[in-house]
Amino acid sequence: MTRKTLTLLALAAAPAALLAQTVPAPVPASEIFTREQIGHALSPPTPQAGRTNASAAGAPADDGQWTMPSKNYASTRFSSLTEINPSNVSHLVPVVTFSLGVNKGQEAAPIVADNTMFVVTAYPNIVYALDLSKPGVPLKWRYMPKPLPAAQGVACCDVVNRGGTYSKGHYIFTTLDGQVISLDAKTGKPAWKVRLGNINLGETITMAPLVAKGKVYVGNSGGEMGVRGWVTALDEATGKIAWKAYGTGPDADVLIGTNFHPFYKSDQGKDLGVKTWPADAWKIGGATMWGWITYDPDTNTVLHGTGNPGPWNAEQRPGDNKWTTGMFARDPDTGQAKWYYQFSPHDEHDYDGINEQILLDMPFGGKMRKVIFRPERNGYVYIMDRYTGQVLSADPFGPTNSSKGVDLQTGRLIINPAKETKLGQQVRDICPTASGAKDWNPSSFSPRTGLVYIPHENLCMDWTNMQVNYIAGTPYVGAEVHMKPGPGGNRGVLTAWDPVMRKPVWEVPENFPIWSGTVVTASDIVFYGTMDGWFKAVNARTGQPLWQFKVSSGIISQPISYRGPDGHQYIAVLSGVGGWSGAIVSGPIDPRDGSAALGFVNAMVDLPKYTTPGGTLYVFALPH
Amino acid sequence: MSSRFPIEAALALGLVALAGCQKKGDAPTPPSGQGSQGGVVASALYPGLDHSVVTIDPRASKYYDNADAVAAGMKLYKAYNCSGCHSNGGGGMGVDLMDDQWIYGGRLEQIHQTIVEGRPNGMPAWGGKIPDEQIWQIATYVRSMSLPATLAAQTGPTPSQNPAPVPRSADEHAGWSPPPNTASDYGSTMQGPTK
Repeated sequence: MTRKTLTLLALAAAPAALLAQTVPAPVPASEIFTREQIGHALSPPTPQAGRTNASAAGAPADDGQWTMPSKNYASTRFSSLTEINPSNVSHLVPVVTFSLGVNKGQEAAPIVADNTMFVVTAYPNIVYALDLSKPGVPLKWRYMPKPLPAAQGVACCDVVNRGGTYSKGHYIFTTLDGQVISLDAKTGKPAWKVRLGNINLGETITMAPLVAKGKVYVGNSGGEMGVRGWVTALDEATGKIAWKAYGTGPDADVLIGTNFHPFYKSDQGKDLGVKTWPADAWKIGGATMWGWITYDPDTNTVLHGTGNPGPWNAEQRPGDNKWTTGMFARDPDTGQAKWYYQFSPHDEHDYDGINEQILLDMPFGGKMRKVIFRPERNGYVYIMDRYTGQVLSADPFGPTNSSKGVDLQTGRLIINPAKETKLGQQVRDICPTASGAKDWNPSSFSPRTGLVYIPHENLCMDWTNMQVNYIAGTPYVGAEVHMKPGPGGNRGVLTAWDPVMRKPVWEVPENFPIWSGTVVTASDIVFYGTMDGWFKAVNARTGQPLWQFKVSSGIISQPISYRGPDGHQYIAVLSGVGGWSGAIVSGPIDPRDGSAALGFVNAMVDLPKYTTPGGTLYVFALPH
Repeated sequence: MSSRFPIEAALALGLVALAGCQKKGDAPTPPSGQGSQGGVVASALYPGLDHSVVTIDPRASKYYDNADAVAAGMKLYKAYNCSGCHSNGGGGMGVDLMDDQWIYGGRLEQIHQTIVEGRPNGMPAWGGKIPDEQIWQIATYVRSMSLPATLAAQTGPTPSQNPAPVPRSADEHAGWSPPPNTASDYGSTMQGPTK
């Protein structure tokens, strides 16, 4: 073949490539179920029974700092600061920008404690400490953990980190290669570090640790690599392992004992973490924990979800695949399970159960109940009893047709047979998509409005199962996925959800999936970022846009609100697009392959036209 | 084809192709094949030379213009979960393979070597885990992904499903794209002595 022929062929290839790079047509609205069709509750709304709030133990009075990503144990992400309000927010300006020196997806929340801001970057997980008490917030110290570069090769969805946390003079964070490190917040010197993950088995750590009751709670990532999931508690002072609970396997490994009282029958029985799998499949079955662990002071319980079962090809693992895609309640001291609930038994669509738990006191059935608010990847907002794990209501908040509601008698998700995945057959227009109606990026709750501000996606997908071999340390997926926009074509939505009335109060459509968290303030402003790089403020009562600022790269992180040493209110956020949804920009990815990045590229082919890789801290304030 | 054979034969004997008009006397010593398998050079940078150097592994020859190799490679690429990271060439956990950028070289022997040795930023080392013949076949499929003929055969959002055999001429550029508007001698590196 001559070079001339090669050139001609290259020209001939162009139309096909262009064709593949158009955003697919949205799924028609007729393809999905309505809230009225599939939403269920054990009793009708009783708003007269009281006001929705977070308990004082879960959400103590705001001291103006932001010491953990979720703001408080109740995970409200509510700031009581009011200097910035709807009438002056249009004057917000950036007062500090700081280059993170890493152009990968930045998912972390900045942490503010002791007049210092702490930020951890995506791999290589550099930690910066900035002195908020001085002009220009100079660097106090930086810490380079030097994670193993090879860890990048087993991180499923960009090399992200969801942030560190501050406790007792230490900044505690995780690294991609499976370490947990506690730094002296004043000096940046490590007090301890432990390695918990083995990259040769495909294990990484990307989640933000939680500190409660003198322990650091962390979990592993690797649900796409045939990893066996776990959550472990480390002594906060020494890093020594206090307990470790696996997500699959015999009861002894899962820390299921005599105190285990799951609400529903399907979760009762001995060694279900073995029996609900084909022989030995539980050993490589997933149930990782890379999202949010929550401590509930009201019930003295640690709550955490579990990730997807492996492989994605569900035909290779008949059974309910306990304890994947569910939620555990555990004793914080011993790790012993109290209850468990499975959102998506025998998950066929990669609906990890690792999203945030918001702890609310809410009127339900005529009285105030202590509940968990869980906007789940499978498309439903679950309201669950915090003591028992009983589901009180489950209503769709995103496009849903893979299931037909939750049976509140059995607790079981009602599968739609038409959207079950099959070997060698492309099942089309499954909603929500693999990354869910909502992924890891956390919601916020305002006690003033009683609403939860859910940043989420409006995406569906086509899915083909493929037989996959387990090879340790390599992907164990077995599915070819092509994502596409949901009804309406707007790929993202900010939803203000009323948990009592079980419906949205307002929705703001976004062109791209919203992959950032939200923060809401006592001036009734919700802040969030978009993947094309707008940082936005909207009215918490109406959704009306109030202000926006274009940052250097798309936003997929967690904004915060804090009071600076000068007494003024500041809003901080990281820009730097990436993550699973933004890998098409941050990773070496070719948009001509819609199946790239586990199928997300298909729905995001136009993102590179809007933003470029970056990594910058922005701090906003009113001129003063 | 036949005009190129003597070079490859020379290389097999441990000699190295030097292109263009290298000054005699103070020329740096080109790579001798020490250390790495087959003496394959992964970098286009060779200090002091006025051209790039490629080394040729004669074992690669039989995978050119070989439809069976590329078809076998496609099956193996899926069976060994290469697709899990690199998708159908578009990338994900691993880099994309269907464009014309090659970090560690895009000649068949360079791709083969990358698979055998692994690479520091996350490419596992497969030497000893996958039979060598199969690694060559996978390398052939990977090389095929960015061929114009393979790209032209894409009909939907899933590329690389009808991979074209890798023509011998595809590696004339040594797998490297010369910078635009430069008088490249990548080709002459290969062809130098025979021109």
